[in-house]
This record gives sequence, C-alpha cells and structure tokens, in this order.
Amino acid sequence: MSEHDEGIERDVMEYDFAIVGGGPAGLACAIRLKEKLPDASICLLEKGSEIGAHSLSGCVMEPGPLDELMPGWRDNPPAICVPAGRDEFRLFTRTRSFRLPTPPQMHNAGNFIVSLGELCKQMAARAEALGVEVFPGFPGRHVLIEGDGAAVRVVGVRCGDMGVESDETPDGHPGEQFAPGVDIRAGTTLFAEGCRGSLSKEVIARFHLDHDAAPQTYGLGFKELWQLPEGRVTPGLIQHSVGWPLDNATYGGSFLYHLDQDRVYIGYVVGLDYADPRFSPFEAFQQFKHHPDMLKLLEGGEIISSGARTIVEGGWQALPRMDMPGALLIGDGAGTLNVPKIKGVHQAIRSGMLAADHLAAHGDTAGYDAAFRASPAGRELHKIRNIRPGFHHGLWAGMANGALETLLGGRSPWTLETHADWNSLRSLQDSRAHGEQAAMAANWLAERPLPPRDRLASVYFANTTHEESQPVHLRVADVSICATRCAQEFGNPCTRFCPVGVYEMIDDGSGGRKLQINASNCVHCKACDIKDPYQIIDWVTPEGGSGPNYQTM
Amino acid sequence: MKILVGIKRVIDYNVRVQVNRDGTGVVKDGVKMSINPFDEIAVEEALRIKERGDAAEVIVVSIGPEPAQQQLRTALAMGADRAVLYQADEEVQPLAAARALLRIVQAEEPGLVLLGKQAIDDDANQVGQMLAALWDRPQATFVSALDFSDGKLVATREVDAGLEKIEVELPAVVTVDLRLNEPRFVKMPDIMKAKRKPLDIKPFAELGIELPPQLETGLHEPPPKRQGGVKLDSVEALVKALRDKGVLT
Repeated sequence: MSEHDEGIERDVMEYDFAIVGGGPAGLACAIRLKEKLPDASICLLEKGSEIGAHSLSGCVMEPGPLDELMPGWRDNPPAICVPAGRDEFRLFTRTRSFRLPTPPQMHNAGNFIVSLGELCKQMAARAEALGVEVFPGFPGRHVLIEGDGAAVRVVGVRCGDMGVESDETPDGHPGEQFAPGVDIRAGTTLFAEGCRGSLSKEVIARFHLDHDAAPQTYGLGFKELWQLPEGRVTPGLIQHSVGWPLDNATYGGSFLYHLDQDRVYIGYVVGLDYADPRFSPFEAFQQFKHHPDMLKLLEGGEIISSGARTIVEGGWQALPRMDMPGALLIGDGAGTLNVPKIKGVHQAIRSGMLAADHLAAHGDTAGYDAAFRASPAGRELHKIRNIRPGFHHGLWAGMANGALETLLGGRSPWTLETHADWNSLRSLQDSRAHGEQAAMAANWLAERPLPPRDRLASVYFANTTHEESQPVHLRVADVSICATRCAQEFGNPCTRFCPVGVYEMIDDGSGGRKLQINASNCVHCKACDIKDPYQIIDWVTPEGGSGPNYQTM
Repeated sequence: MKILVGIKRVIDYNVRVQVNRDGTGVVKDGVKMSINPFDEIAVEEALRIKERGDAAEVIVVSIGPEPAQQQLRTALAMGADRAVLYQADEEVQPLAAARALLRIVQAEEPGLVLLGKQAIDDDANQVGQMLAALWDRPQATFVSALDFSDGKLVATREVDAGLEKIEVELPAVVTVDLRLNEPRFVKMPDIMKAKRKPLDIKPFAELGIELPPQLETGLHEPPPKRQGGVKLDSVEALVKALRDKGVLT
C-alpha cells in the first residue's frame, strides 16, 4: 500500500472507534458515541492544523439537530452566530436586480448564521470534555483493509507520514525529521471527511458503494468575509441570487449573509457540471461582487478572509451505500447535503448522531444505510431529490421544475437522473461553436477594482501553508496529456477551475509547454479531483497541518 | 542538570494578523495560537541535550492565560518532563516576566535556562537579558549552536559581522536563534503520554511580582495601504513623471 514501508516501525494505536475528519458529522458522531458508550475509546483525526481550520460553509444552520446533540450550545454560542432575519431571493441582470418570491426551502426563520469553523471548535471542546481523543494535524492517509472475499473489512487507517522530502518519485523519501504515521486500528472506522474525501473516495471504489447510485455531482463554492464601513449592514439579513454573471445554462448563484459588527459573508456557488472549459468559476464570483448592488455594499470595505470548497450536490439518488464491513460513511463524505435549502450542517450532524445511535444499538455497521434512508435526514433528501437535476436544462426549466416538485412535496413518481461533472465539459471546438463563454464574458466587466485582484491575491486571505519540501499531494497520473491532448481538446481547464491557481501551464524550456503544480497554494477544495476531464488527478492528504487556516469562516 | 525552558503562547506565525477596530490591539478571536517558534526551538534544544545525556530533566514554564496549557502540553508531547503555568490573565510585560522567571529559577535551581531570543508578538527581545542581569549569571544570546566542554557552555552567536563563539560558565541564560535546530514533529502516542505528565497551574500572584506596567501602548495601526502603480507609455512620460515628483532634476 504505502511508501517508506521497508524497515520502518510504525506505532499502532487501538481504539473502539476511529473517526476521520473533524467537521460537524465526525464531531457529532464522536459526542453522541461517547455519551452512549462512555467506556468506548474514540479517536478523531483532523488534517487541518486545528479543528475548524479547514471548515468552510456559508453558513445558515438549522439548529434542530444541534439542539438535540448539545442542548446548551445557545448559552455559549460560537464566535459568529447571528439569528436569521429577513430572507431575500433576487434575480440579477448586468445592471439591475429583481426580488423574486423566496422558495419555501429558503425560508430561514429560526435559523442561525454561524461560522462553521467556530462551531466545530465548540463541538470539539465538548467531545474532548467527554473523553474523545481529538488529534488535529494528523490526516488519514491510507485505509487499512484486511481479509478478502466475504471476510474483507476496514480495520482502521494509517496516518500520513511527517517529514517526507520530495524527489523524482511521487512518494519522496524520508527526510531528517521523518516521523512515520501511526496505524490506527479500530473496531469501527467512520469516514467523515466532507465533500469528496480522499479515503471516502477510496472505499467507495473498493467496496463498490456507488454501484446502485446515480453519478455524484458537485458544486464549487467561494466565500469571503468582509469588514464594511459602519451603517451598511442589517444583521441577520439573508440574500440569495441567481442570474448574472452566469448565463441561463450554468447552474449557480450567490449568497450574502449580514453579520454583526459591520461584517458580511459573501459567496458564490457554481455547479461543476458547467460545459465550457474556458469558464472560470473564480472570475464569475469576482464579477458578481461588482454588480452595482454589491459594489455599493462592499466599496470602501476590507476583505478579511477568503476560501473555497466543493459542495456535494447529488442528493438522494447519488448517495452511495453508507455502510461497509467495519466502516461507515457519514456527512458530506457520503453526500447528505440538502441542495434546495443550501444547507448541509444539520444533515451532517444528523447522520453522525444516527451512526452513533446505530453502532451503540447494534454493535455493527450493517443496516446503517437503510436506517439513514428511513430517518428524517434521509426523507428530507428524498423529498427534494428532483430539484437539483432539474437545473440540468437551465435556470428557467430548473425553477419551474423546482416549483412543481415543491408543490408535489416530493411525491412525484419519477426520480431524475444526475450527471457526472468530469464528462460534462464540451471540447474547445464545440464550445467555440457554441459561444457560451464568449457570450457570458461579453456581459462581464473589464475593470473590477475590489480585492482580491486575482487568485494569487485571494489565496493570501486563506492563510494557506504547505511545507515546500514535501512531495506534491496532487497526483497527476499522466502529465504528458496536459500539453498534448488536453491542451487541444479542452485548453487545460484545470488552470481555470482551480480557485487558487495551483495548476499552471508553463514554458518547458524547449519550445513546448508543461504542467506546473503550485501545490503549496492548495486550499483542499477538491475541485480538480472532481472536474478534471480525464480523471487522472488524485488529491491525497499532504503532511499533517498543511492547508488553509480559515479564521471565523 | 535541570534545564528550565520558558515558552510563550502567541498568535501562530501563519495567521495574517489584523488590528482590531478601535486600535487597542490585534484581533485574537478565532485565531490560531501556538508556542512562540523561538521557544519551540529552545524546547527542542533542551530535549537534545537531555537525550545525549547532559541533562536529567527538562521543565517548561509559561506565564499567560489559562489556555496556555495547550502549548505546555505540546512541549510535554515533544518530550519535556513536567510543566508549570503561572496563570496571568492580564498582559505581563518583559520586566515583570523576567522577575517572575527569577523567582521560578530560584525555586527550581536549573543549571541552564533556555529561552527564545524574542516572542513573535511583541518582538521585545528583553526577557533573557533581563533575567541574566537579575540572576547575576552569564548570558549567551542569539545562539545558533550550543556545545558543552569541560562543564562550560560553548555558544555560537549570530552577530552582525558573522558568527561569534563564546564560552559561558553554568548556570547561565541562553536565548536561541532560528538556525539552532529544527523542532521535531510531535508523535501521536507522545500526545497521549503527555496527558499523564504533571502540569501545575498556579496563580501568577503567587510569585509576588508587584510591578505596574512599564510600557503603555498608544495605538495599534495597520501599515498604510500601498497605492497601486501606474503604467506609462514611453520613456519620455516616465522621465516627466519622475521630474514632476522631484525624483529627477
């Protein structure tokens, strides 16, 4: 399985439960497990330098599941926690915006605008107080699997090695400070890695968990925190929009959440099933910020933080089987997010709690998948299953279909098919003929004064860091395609979909072009792993503690 | 020999520090905190000295708020034997910190005190020197290499003109520079072991340091924003622009 195995002694640590990922699903599961089984030993691994460092979400949260999990949380709320106020849903054109009726799923009375990173810190403190061992800075790097045939099962995970130096080989070699990753052996392993988790991806393939599921589909979300001049903010105001700067064929929209202390969260989400390889999601977000309505709000303000993360959008029909021998998938690692509500946190918490309840009651993973689908969280997904796929035929068809599905309350007898994102790109030639991006860009602004100027300026606000000497954690199986086939067919879309400019085509010194991977910019969003049209990019966890250090995001 | 290492809890070096809105300090909410990097190097050096048999015990102390025990736990996970936190919720300025360390040194009687050359938050670079003076013992500052020979300390110091080698009698105060070593990665089993190592929390007042603040902060201000440049079409335009600004005559 692994690099640097010869002659290396690895520590082995044994637990009843190992949880990979310190987001809302993993933490909810840890808390609930420890409450139900106080004697159980539980460890929770997190690849970020601290809990919350890699957590990025809008985020308007439905508080119900958290109320059930941590009844006292409202007395000691996270650092950003603003009760939801008025909801607005708007349609943007290049110069104007129109108020539309707010879809019922987007009503937020009783909800809270929170910083997910700060919420996770609170949840981690609760878990630790109960006796869960929380290890930030330790990524799960490999799945430990034993047995074969009918007896095959997940028996734990191997943490990533520290202090590996890069060389010609993909795995590098142990450096002076080398510290081998520990093998965590566990009775049950819970993969709670969030959208497109690297180990989740591995076990989904290994155990064919997606055999009966429709293709998973994703969005790419951007988010910034702004400090504005006094008097512009209405704390609690929640605005969502569709329309400009996207055309009708491209799925996506904005969010704008007004916080206290003259701050706002502003962000943009684009469906990764977009067709034109010349499209840049980052540029679409920056364009949106320059709509007259937004410019009026942001001008003179200051950007505090920024980040990007993919969002799992496949819903009910794309949900893989969530149980396998020895392990479960929970939260967005499986794909429990509710797209029409644009909310995943309450669903992640529910799936984590349900996993804990199931394991405490049955002592085994079998049956969790069925239990989840029959639970309120599963039924919630079933009810809205046809809304996101309806947008495959454009904004207006999607809105009409969404209205119909809402009217039927999800009782429509059909289930619409989802589409994979990696094969949704048209070739460069087709796209030129189609002219979509050109038409969209003709409607975009040439000058945009608000920061960040470009992706490199943006990554500065994500506080991302990777030890430069480590091997590249974005594994491209065949770089010879980049300058030849991909350049011709798709014009190297990785250089545009990556939100932080990790991928660059540069002069190879002999008149040709070659791919350069600026791995240290990576914010762990996983867009490349999803959207790369040849599916040859494999995102793996870098050295522990690497990646963004999001603050109050 | 005992080694005493002082560590300070500071905002992590990866964090983009922001001045708060009323200019009374910097934003600390939701900000990652760490061991001052120079202090981490001091811990590492103490552990290396112990591992090669020149010291018997490594004690880490910190003066700071209650959460500073996280940083002490990290030092214990690296390999220190025990830790003491003198809990102070107010800011402790360099002279007060040096006097407090003197009390701790008098109680613990270490053969060597290792400190970072400065903390990356206030960049004062004073505590080591002050402690040596108050203790009336030798000091070696900005140390980038450290050896023992015949019971003496041979320290290589980074000075403006290059490297300076000095011999110091023990006990002494040593403040460490960046190039002394590269701290180890903390291992997971050691984090577990560190949870069982002794960590005492005592009130700062117990040290009996009554010293009004010596320094008063006027205002925190971010550096002025850089104005964007302009592109000019020709050399003539450039020369003219420089003349207008009085750069060329």
